[in-house]
Amino acid sequence: MTDLSVQLPGLDLKNPIMPASGCFGFGKEYAQLYDLSKLGSIMIKATTAEMRLGNPTPRVAETSSGMLNAIGLQNPGLVKVVDEQLPWLEQFDVPIIANVAGSLAEDYVEVARTISKAPNVHALELNISCPNVKQGGITFGTDPNVAKELTRMVKDVSDVPVYVKLSPNVTDVVQLAKAVEEGGADGITMINTLLGMRLDPKTGRPVIANITGGLSGPAIKPVALRMVYEVRRHTDLPIIGMGGIAEVDDVIDFLSAGANAVAVGTANFVNPFVCPELIDKLPERLHELGYESVQELTGRSHRL
Amino acid sequence: MIKQEKMAIVSQIEIAKNIFELTVAGSLVQEMNEPGQFVHVRVADSFEPLLRRPISVAKIDKEASSFTMIYRSEGRGTSLLSQKTERDTLDVLGPLGNGFPIEEAGKKAYLIGGGIGVPPLYELALQLNARGVETVHILGFESSEAVFYEEKFRMLGDTHIATVDGSHGTEGFVTHILNGLPNDFDAYYSCGPTPMLEAVQWAYPEKKGFLSYEQRMGCGIGACFACVCRTTRSETDYIKVCSDGPVFPAGVVIS
Repeated sequence: MTDLSVQLPGLDLKNPIMPASGCFGFGKEYAQLYDLSKLGSIMIKATTAEMRLGNPTPRVAETSSGMLNAIGLQNPGLVKVVDEQLPWLEQFDVPIIANVAGSLAEDYVEVARTISKAPNVHALELNISCPNVKQGGITFGTDPNVAKELTRMVKDVSDVPVYVKLSPNVTDVVQLAKAVEEGGADGITMINTLLGMRLDPKTGRPVIANITGGLSGPAIKPVALRMVYEVRRHTDLPIIGMGGIAEVDDVIDFLSAGANAVAVGTANFVNPFVCPELIDKLPERLHELGYESVQELTGRSHRL
Repeated sequence: MIKQEKMAIVSQIEIAKNIFELTVAGSLVQEMNEPGQFVHVRVADSFEPLLRRPISVAKIDKEASSFTMIYRSEGRGTSLLSQKTERDTLDVLGPLGNGFPIEEAGKKAYLIGGGIGVPPLYELALQLNARGVETVHILGFESSEAVFYEEKFRMLGDTHIATVDGSHGTEGFVTHILNGLPNDFDAYYSCGPTPMLEAVQWAYPEKKGFLSYEQRMGCGIGACFACVCRTTRSETDYIKVCSDGPVFPAGVVIS
């Protein structure tokens, strides 16, 4: 019997597969399709202190083996997430990772303090890497000192372990990882989207109203994998890896590079059943490769 | 209920210039009821192109367990779709969204369509006629080459065609035809380019109307927040075209 379970700070995962934040809403849409209790965890959509209406449309554009998005952190705000979305998710036997975002450090602190008290929130994911908002987001995720300080402030108020979501839009991702570790982070999630753009060749105009957007999907997997591998070489912090995962061998790759668990983002839009399918396929694939547990495989590329 | 199925391709025919009529069969058809719903189709088995394509349902045949889509081949995805044959299967997710409320039609309804917005009006016309509603069809196309289903609509009721270049029917837009028609209908249903929908709802502020909107989509099921529009209901209200719509009562969506 292959053991898929993974124990991470705050997270007792029955398997290492979870939908990534922003690609799964608050679960309602996918709950029409399958039982969410099957998932290792759910990273819910970024929550800010106040409701946000997001960016103008068009907000998405397809690119080669990928897509750009600039949704702009649209969400109903902290009160509604805590009063409506999280209680609704309690019907499922699945730990929630709450993605926390804001414009100012105080916003992050306020959201983290409140949302970390929800009974089914077992960890926070600090979103210092959203490339699509003018204030906050990535501005906290590109300067190591700012990232460290924000991590410390959120750690101080959070009732649950804090994972920090790193941006790939930096020169040295290891430096950021070390900084948030010093700030007291319990884990790292990586990577967020890569900043990109697409033009309409007829007019020369950007296709996305926000001009730039975050690139995701299979196109970014090599970048994500390289970054997970590099960060694993420099820290023992748990890593939840993501970036272009769509097939079971993508899961194998991220675990091999040193991720302890993985998140699936854009692939949910292509195949809404991708997460349960990956969970079903993983034991057999592990067995074929000669492994009897996820833990055994994790980080194997560093032991060669 | 939303299902995902590899459906068998029954036929694919080019019925006008770059306009394809694609019929597929499978058990998913049993979930289809409302005219105006859509499906999300995957055009390749690989991740290139990546996203599904939303296509409206033009005809539902529950007995044959098949349904028909009509789409225009204009980009990478729809061009690949147009190359599929009876030997292929098609990965379909659906039915999605909320369609036209047929119980609101009264005795007589205007069905106003533009270009690739015309197809969902065909299943609507079938269902309204089956309920004894008189339907009048006002359909606009670019040119005579792009016109499709004219005879099929004619079998169901009065049908008026406009083409932008005047090569078939009335020259101009559907609004030119509407100006000359009596105001004796109970409700209107419309699908087409956003400027057309705007013009139609301005033309009949006192009538009950239902408009089907189009917006660039990601997931098609309401999770990704790509296809949102603001509404007239409040400053902070919004709808998702894919899962709250694509059909909305006139006067609600700010497009």
